[in-house]
Amino acid sequence: MARGKPEFDNEKCKGCTLCIEVCPVNILKMSDDFNKQGVQYATCIDDDACIACKFCAMMCPDMVIKVVQYV
Amino acid sequence: MESKGAQFEYIYEKPESLREVKTHYCPGCGHGIVHKLIAESMDELEIQDKTILVAPVGCSVLAYNYIDADGCEAAHGRAPAVATGLKRVHPDKVVISYQGDGDLLAIGTAETIHAANRGENITVIFVNNAIYGMTGGQMAPTTMDKQVTKTTPYGRDTSDVGFPIRACEMLATLERPVFIERTSVHDVKNIRKAKKAIKKALQNQAEGKGYSFVEVLSMCPTNWGVDSQTAVAFVKDTMAPYYPLGNFRDR
Amino acid sequence: MSDKILMKGNEVLGEAAIIAGCRYYFGYPITPQNEVPAYMARRLPQVDGTFLQAESEIAAINMVFGASAAGARVMTSSSSPGISLKQEGISYLSGARLPAVVVNMMRGGPGLGNIAGAQGDYYQATRGGGNGDYRTVALAPATVQEIADLTIKSFDIADKYRVVVMLMGDGFLGQMAEGVSLPEPSNQKFDKPWALSGAEGREPNIVASLRLNPEDALEKLNDELQATYTQIEENETMSESYMTDDADYLLVAYGMSSRICRSALRALRKEGVKVGLFRPITLWPFPEKELQKAAEGKQKVLTVEMSAGQMLEDVKLSLNGTADIDFYGRTAGMLPDIDEIVRRVKNYGK
Repeated sequence: MARGKPEFDNEKCKGCTLCIEVCPVNILKMSDDFNKQGVQYATCIDDDACIACKFCAMMCPDMVIKVVQYV
Repeated sequence: MESKGAQFEYIYEKPESLREVKTHYCPGCGHGIVHKLIAESMDELEIQDKTILVAPVGCSVLAYNYIDADGCEAAHGRAPAVATGLKRVHPDKVVISYQGDGDLLAIGTAETIHAANRGENITVIFVNNAIYGMTGGQMAPTTMDKQVTKTTPYGRDTSDVGFPIRACEMLATLERPVFIERTSVHDVKNIRKAKKAIKKALQNQAEGKGYSFVEVLSMCPTNWGVDSQTAVAFVKDTMAPYYPLGNFRDR
Repeated sequence: MSDKILMKGNEVLGEAAIIAGCRYYFGYPITPQNEVPAYMARRLPQVDGTFLQAESEIAAINMVFGASAAGARVMTSSSSPGISLKQEGISYLSGARLPAVVVNMMRGGPGLGNIAGAQGDYYQATRGGGNGDYRTVALAPATVQEIADLTIKSFDIADKYRVVVMLMGDGFLGQMAEGVSLPEPSNQKFDKPWALSGAEGREPNIVASLRLNPEDALEKLNDELQATYTQIEENETMSESYMTDDADYLLVAYGMSSRICRSALRALRKEGVKVGLFRPITLWPFPEKELQKAAEGKQKVLTVEMSAGQMLEDVKLSLNGTADIDFYGRTAGMLPDIDEIVRRVKNYGK
């Protein structure tokens, strides 16, 4: 059962991939879709595996990711 | 398993002191991370409406569009002098001099050293990405040995233009600074340390303890001509060994 | 007016600034204005002010930028080469619409030059030594008393129009001591909603001269600046016309040169030669109309400067071919010779 999940604001993503590498459970990847700026944005492929560690959000330079924790 | 309608809270959100606006920084640039750490610290120390941000010429000259506080632009290299003027008029406010490597260690070397030597009660955040970003990738005083830039197309030749300058060690020879630390944002572990250092540096100022200096090694994928992950590796494997991370003074 | 005391130009400048409410001074040593920082170092702490010797004139003008952005009345002083170092800062102050008083006790140039008084920085002060379309008001005192009075005025003009005001003295005026009555403060108040003080209970302010977006943002700023300069031209132009009405010839000179012309004028008048003196007090805005009026009907207009002839250009521009203009000047800190002026004017009559 997931402890939380990342919430992506896809339009703000610049496609830098920094979040992808820091996710300890490797559930982030660049989506096949593009945002309005034509950027392949980062996305979570398995919300249930999220451990709400916030690494992705901390690493993101552009405040794209908010992290929810289930209480 | 369908995520339950369980209670939830946000454990990571935009800090109050950071504006809800897309920055002009390139993908993978470390400035955005440093901005967040400053804004988080401002929130936690409750100093947002006491803060005056000085942003000199460089990629971060537009920092005052992103940090939600009074903002003051400074000519290239002169932020510590502008910050001195601001602080002398408003000793009870928190003045931040947010500078890049060209600003702090090339044109503004004298202002850097003398504001520190006077022990101005300001906080200097020095983002070291080993290159001039705004102007398209020229050599900076912190450009690494053999690093290729627009003005070192054959790689920096230390026998011609000398070695990269280590700011923290240089400033640590001065009496008055109370806090000098070098951090990095190339991974989460170091981002945490950078946050701690930035918050401490701002707290020092808010408590009137004196001059605090935080250097932050940072990625510049665009002007290094690499992707974000290679940039992270460059900071970790090339810059950090030459610029040892850690504290140089904490009074 | 308080009773008269004997004071050096450089020192009364500091005292007048304090009377005007200036509590921040950032300076750097350079002859012949060293008495200003020395005086401020003694006096400002006595009035809870801040004196700081900066690491360079460049640092000093940027400290002025910071203090002014914080809403304070602030001054710096230097001399010619030091003022050259401050030009970028002055352009930034102008672009950010920040008020400041910058004192130039001019000395012989170019380059290191010498430490005698001179007037070779007229172009720099009136045309702008930095980048971009900006003006600095330039006030030129001719006596120690006028240094005091114009210092008071310079802080008001700076705050009223949010501009840099340059006080253009010279090494002689600065070092000279004369009887002076310390002026009263003008007590004009200028609120500064744009100042930086921490955005408590208000929207954050930004003080900057960078204008990237939208595309015409910088043009709008320039329109604002030009409109301000037009207002200054209309309201703040100052000059003195001395014995010009009945004169056949006109001397045009400012500051130290005007004192020398006054002596020549007296000598000539004694010999029955009717000559008058027109003295710009604001070098910018240049008193064009007043000069035109003073020069009306004059057979000859002799411009006298301690330079190779820089105000000469403004005299020519103002009179625009309507007068026969002669020039006598000496460079490099040499004083124009009274007898030479007398000799020339007497020759005009022949």
